[in-house]
Amino acid sequence: MLKLRDFESTDFFQILKDRHPDKLGDWSKLDGTFESNNHNFLEGTTVLAVVYKDGVIMAGDRQATEGYQVGERRIQKVYKIDRHSAIAVAGVAGPCLEIAKLFQVQIEFYEKIEGVRLSLDGQANYLSSLVRSNLNLAMQGLIVLPLFSGYDIKNGVGRIFKYDALGGRYEEDTYYAIGSGGKDARSTLKKLYQSHLDKDNALKIVVEALWDAADEDIATGGPDLVRKIFPTFTIITKDGVSEVSEDTIAELFQDLISRLEQS
Amino acid sequence: MSTPYYVSPDQIWEDKKDFVDRGIEQAKEVIVLEYKDGLLMVAENPRKTIFKMSEIYDRIALASTGRVSEYEALRVAGIREAEIKGYTYYREDVTGKWLTNLYSQHMSAIAQTLDAKPLEIELLVCEIDGHTSTGSQIYKITFDGTYEEKDSFAAIGGKADSILEILENTYQDGLDLKEAVQLASKTLEAIEADAPESYEINPNTIEIACLDATLDRRKFHRFSIQETEEIFANAS
Repeated sequence: MLKLRDFESTDFFQILKDRHPDKLGDWSKLDGTFESNNHNFLEGTTVLAVVYKDGVIMAGDRQATEGYQVGERRIQKVYKIDRHSAIAVAGVAGPCLEIAKLFQVQIEFYEKIEGVRLSLDGQANYLSSLVRSNLNLAMQGLIVLPLFSGYDIKNGVGRIFKYDALGGRYEEDTYYAIGSGGKDARSTLKKLYQSHLDKDNALKIVVEALWDAADEDIATGGPDLVRKIFPTFTIITKDGVSEVSEDTIAELFQDLISRLEQS
Repeated sequence: MSTPYYVSPDQIWEDKKDFVDRGIEQAKEVIVLEYKDGLLMVAENPRKTIFKMSEIYDRIALASTGRVSEYEALRVAGIREAEIKGYTYYREDVTGKWLTNLYSQHMSAIAQTLDAKPLEIELLVCEIDGHTSTGSQIYKITFDGTYEEKDSFAAIGGKADSILEILENTYQDGLDLKEAVQLASKTLEAIEADAPESYEINPNTIEIACLDATLDRRKFHRFSIQETEEIFANAS
């Protein structure tokens, strides 16, 4: 017979913890023996979010590193969560991708059961608890950090939430970038950001920030013109979440490269 | 010493069946039919938040009738088990057949429990394959867990048999959305032809949802009142 006792719960993560703990990572056994030059796991690098006139643009490079090696060239770091939100992740890749997947399932689970979408603030708060659940991992220096953005329908604005390793949630109203090249991307955004950017100009500064991150940070991947691998761009507006096509992204980088060559 | 009374299994089963039949007789009908883009679900339902059709998982929906509290619990359990399965394996691995079995086992276990009240509900598990618009399955499940696979169209509720009789003659392949909604609402009106007052389905008294193969991952779509009005305005 089906177990109906969880009828009340809209918390998928809690249901897994109670009934299927084997399906979740158990990090309590980690003992700090991971050495930084002897990695056997992947790490994701730079992701960013920029608020513009019609919403938010999120972007991420495609590289994951394994120590000083390239571990993966085509990893995806930005994921759609619901019709008006998306998550980007940086840090230890395995748990990062698991958090993104779990978060996406949770938000959809809530929406289906309740019949209404979980509010953007509700989603941002819930993500705090997911980050906190990886506390053991964080204590070992294996950090898992999300950047969360969405379009706030009620107020008609794009919003960005950043987190610390203990699950602290902080809102940014302009731009933010995290990951190993996050600081470099932020420096570029700081110089170029203006309020009420239109989409074209917002895309331009995002491309420039990603370029600078890849230029300065050895772990961040730039546009790979040989393999035709480009960072991914996700746009969230009142009309929903959409991906920028690869051709457009290639063009944006080509424009930037031409500009740099001329100067 | 009092004599323990004996009731034959035949009698117990007969009683339970009668009991459920009386409940289902009152239940409003739901029609599911295949149309050009997938499966269309239609019911007469003036309520704005208590639905007869709902999204379970990417390609799967549930249409139900009877006692709301009973099918609501199954709806929630279905979503939960589907999410757990999809999380463990892959989203594609969650199928309508699997969900139908899950519900069927649950309903039959309750029906066979001596002192439990059988569930006064009927369910249609609807699934599209998501790749082609015509690849779809409809499973009808009744209170004792019996289920059958339906072709092209199905109905549950008090007058389900009358609906099927009408659809046998009126249904045709390749209907577009408007034609399919029109066929379903005309059928719902036809089974109420004996009602004392004239009976007409309008956008405020109908619930429409679909599994649309042309949509992204989540194929379920519930039509808003505006969308419903639009369909009715152009159909006439």
